[in-house]
Amino acid sequence: MRTLLRVEHLTKDFSTHGGETYRAVDDVSFSLGFHEKMAVIGESGSGKTTLARMITRLTEATSGQIFLEEENITRAKGHNLRNIYQKMQMVFQMPVDSFDSRRRLGDGIAESLINRGMKKAEAWEEAERLLGECGLGKEFLTRYPHEVSGGQCQRAAIARALAIQPKLLILDEATSALDMTVQKEILGLLDSLQEDRDMSYLFICHDLALVQAFCDRMIVMQKGKIVEEGTTDQVIRHPKHAYTKMLMDSVL
Amino acid sequence: MKKSRKQRNIVKFRLVVFASLAGLLILFSLFSDKLCPMDPYLQDLSNAKAAPSFVHPLGTDRYGRDMLSRIIVGSKTSIFSTLLLVTFISVFGSMIGLICGWFENTIDVILMRIADMFLAFPGLVFALAVAAVLGGGLQNAIIALAAISWPKYARLARSQTLTQKKATYIKAARLAGDSDWKLIVRHILPNIMGPILVTAVLDIGTMMMELAGLSFLGLGAKPPIAEWGSMMSETRNLLTTQPWVTLSPGIAIFISVVIFNLFGEAVRDWLDPKNGRS
Amino acid sequence: MAELLRYDHINIRYGQSLVIEDVDFNLASGEILGIVGESGSGKSTLLKAGMGLLGKEGQLCRGKILYDGKDLGQCSEREMQKIRGRELGMVFQMAGSSFCPIRTLGVQMQEAVRAHKRISKAEFMDEALDLLNKFGFDKPDRILESYPFELSGGMQQRVGIVAAMLLHPRVLLADEPTSALDVSVQKQVVEQFLMIREKFGTSILLVSHNIGVIRAMADEILVLHQGKTVDYGKKDDILAQPTSEYTEKLLEAVPRFRR
Repeated sequence: MRTLLRVEHLTKDFSTHGGETYRAVDDVSFSLGFHEKMAVIGESGSGKTTLARMITRLTEATSGQIFLEEENITRAKGHNLRNIYQKMQMVFQMPVDSFDSRRRLGDGIAESLINRGMKKAEAWEEAERLLGECGLGKEFLTRYPHEVSGGQCQRAAIARALAIQPKLLILDEATSALDMTVQKEILGLLDSLQEDRDMSYLFICHDLALVQAFCDRMIVMQKGKIVEEGTTDQVIRHPKHAYTKMLMDSVL
Repeated sequence: MKKSRKQRNIVKFRLVVFASLAGLLILFSLFSDKLCPMDPYLQDLSNAKAAPSFVHPLGTDRYGRDMLSRIIVGSKTSIFSTLLLVTFISVFGSMIGLICGWFENTIDVILMRIADMFLAFPGLVFALAVAAVLGGGLQNAIIALAAISWPKYARLARSQTLTQKKATYIKAARLAGDSDWKLIVRHILPNIMGPILVTAVLDIGTMMMELAGLSFLGLGAKPPIAEWGSMMSETRNLLTTQPWVTLSPGIAIFISVVIFNLFGEAVRDWLDPKNGRS
Repeated sequence: MAELLRYDHINIRYGQSLVIEDVDFNLASGEILGIVGESGSGKSTLLKAGMGLLGKEGQLCRGKILYDGKDLGQCSEREMQKIRGRELGMVFQMAGSSFCPIRTLGVQMQEAVRAHKRISKAEFMDEALDLLNKFGFDKPDRILESYPFELSGGMQQRVGIVAAMLLHPRVLLADEPTSALDVSVQKQVVEQFLMIREKFGTSILLVSHNIGVIRAMADEILVLHQGKTVDYGKKDDILAQPTSEYTEKLLEAVPRFRR
């Protein structure tokens, strides 16, 4: 199988105030195929968010390699990195915080298009179409992030991420701050977008039930390390690691 | 809890009132040359130290110059040099702070230590030193005050930048393909402007006082230039005999400082996020 | 079962808007009632009303809240202070942040207890250690000596619940007590609540958006939607056969973990 994303021996050290180093992500390797939905599951402090930030290059990896469509992006910078972001986008946990509070949602959605050289009027037209695809009317273009509900704002954030037609979408707890009914709607939206646009998702999450309902494969992280990996069914039916078992026993 | 509509309207009303007052004051000083009834520099020794009269509503100083005209013309020196000073230190200081906060590298350490150094000088001592090196004069007083005042803005802008830099929307904008330059201009700058603007407007009054203070000590505007602080200094020995001559420039300073301070407070309340504005 | 806390057809208004409309339920002694709702449903407002903490803008404009037959709306602030903590205990979403960061947990818990009853330091220590032991804490004396930041979020939450239990309130009001916690800790906290009910017969009014937590704890469920009760009854009945469309939609939205 051709891989879209491949991560090899990725490690991240943070230095603490005492001068000691704290290893947030420890020798993590995995790969993600085209048209795949893979979950990274773990509790707080498991390193899953740091992992996502390293893959999106928002945080520099201490060691290890990241390949996107077989291109090594571990140390990509500047113009090169901006090109890479056309293939890979991210949706954050707090939708309202992910938009500049002084700018309209339309400005945020059109930003990546304008950065790629599209004319403003054209970019706004495209933003309107994207909002429609994500189930929002064009009146949302001119709203400010705090004027809409969390679910609506997350839809706009997904529209923004889709604007430059990425192949990989990294969802960092993208539904955990939302109401249950809204969460279901968003997952439905992501499912249909995957069909329409042939995308892959890296779904970072702490909710096992949600992962079971949404993802094909999963990796389980504990204290920065991958402790278990496999298809969702396989891991949930036959967990091998004690930590995975404990996590599953804790589901209420 | 957001403020009610009524409270918001009061805030807006105050802003409009004090902004217009401040604007009027600036306009007034801009056209002060045309507005003054007599030549403020014309000496008339035969008419020196005259009491207020119909011709000289605020009397004359010991050279017989018309006090009212001098105060009107002095507004230009006092207000414009203050505005120039505040604009310069807020823009310069914020730029330094923004650069330091954004890059957080060796440059940051060096620049911030330099800022600390300037902050450590007592204002007056530094002004004396500058006057000793460069000589007195309004220009040098402004330089002295600017040198010790910009670090305040650098620190403010730096801490604001550090906060904004970590915000999620910056990460999102980076993923949208913004370069560092675009991130700063489009996102960081507009988001850190509010507090800096408020500090700057509130600083106008303070700086006006400090500048007048330096002039009063003879370290600022030199006679015969009409400047409120130096006018008070020139006429201070007349305080017991012709108090109006000394007090009127003082009152002019007082009124201007009050107007700019109230304007600053109105701006602050208006920009306050609790005010229900975005 | 004796009726302990009763919300009698209440309406609550915040400024101009009616946020709670005609909510009516009662909590018997030893019972756990789960109030489920999404953001904006008014579920936290219900708890604040019970504690008399609605603030200036909030107003109980119809109905009564009765505790042990006493109308809480008629109580003076002084009377409410006596009731709060001693009769009605409160557990927050982040109990950790309700502690002062620069003093030890033991000192703060002792102060809270002394505000309500005269007790010597030794007596307090005995009681606190005993209670922490009962809840299965490893080194109770170490916990009393630590500062809040020295404990993990989950541990802070569990200590916060113990602190609320020191005065042996007859009712615990818990506002999203597990929402900020990891799943493994979440389960420990749920078990701690169940143990409280078993050991002390405390009634619990639990507010949460997490159906899993409600399912694991509650005897009865009240589903709140935009300030109105849309379902109220025995847990199993509601979960198996919701009467309202909204509850059905809500239950359907929650993925059920299958093994």
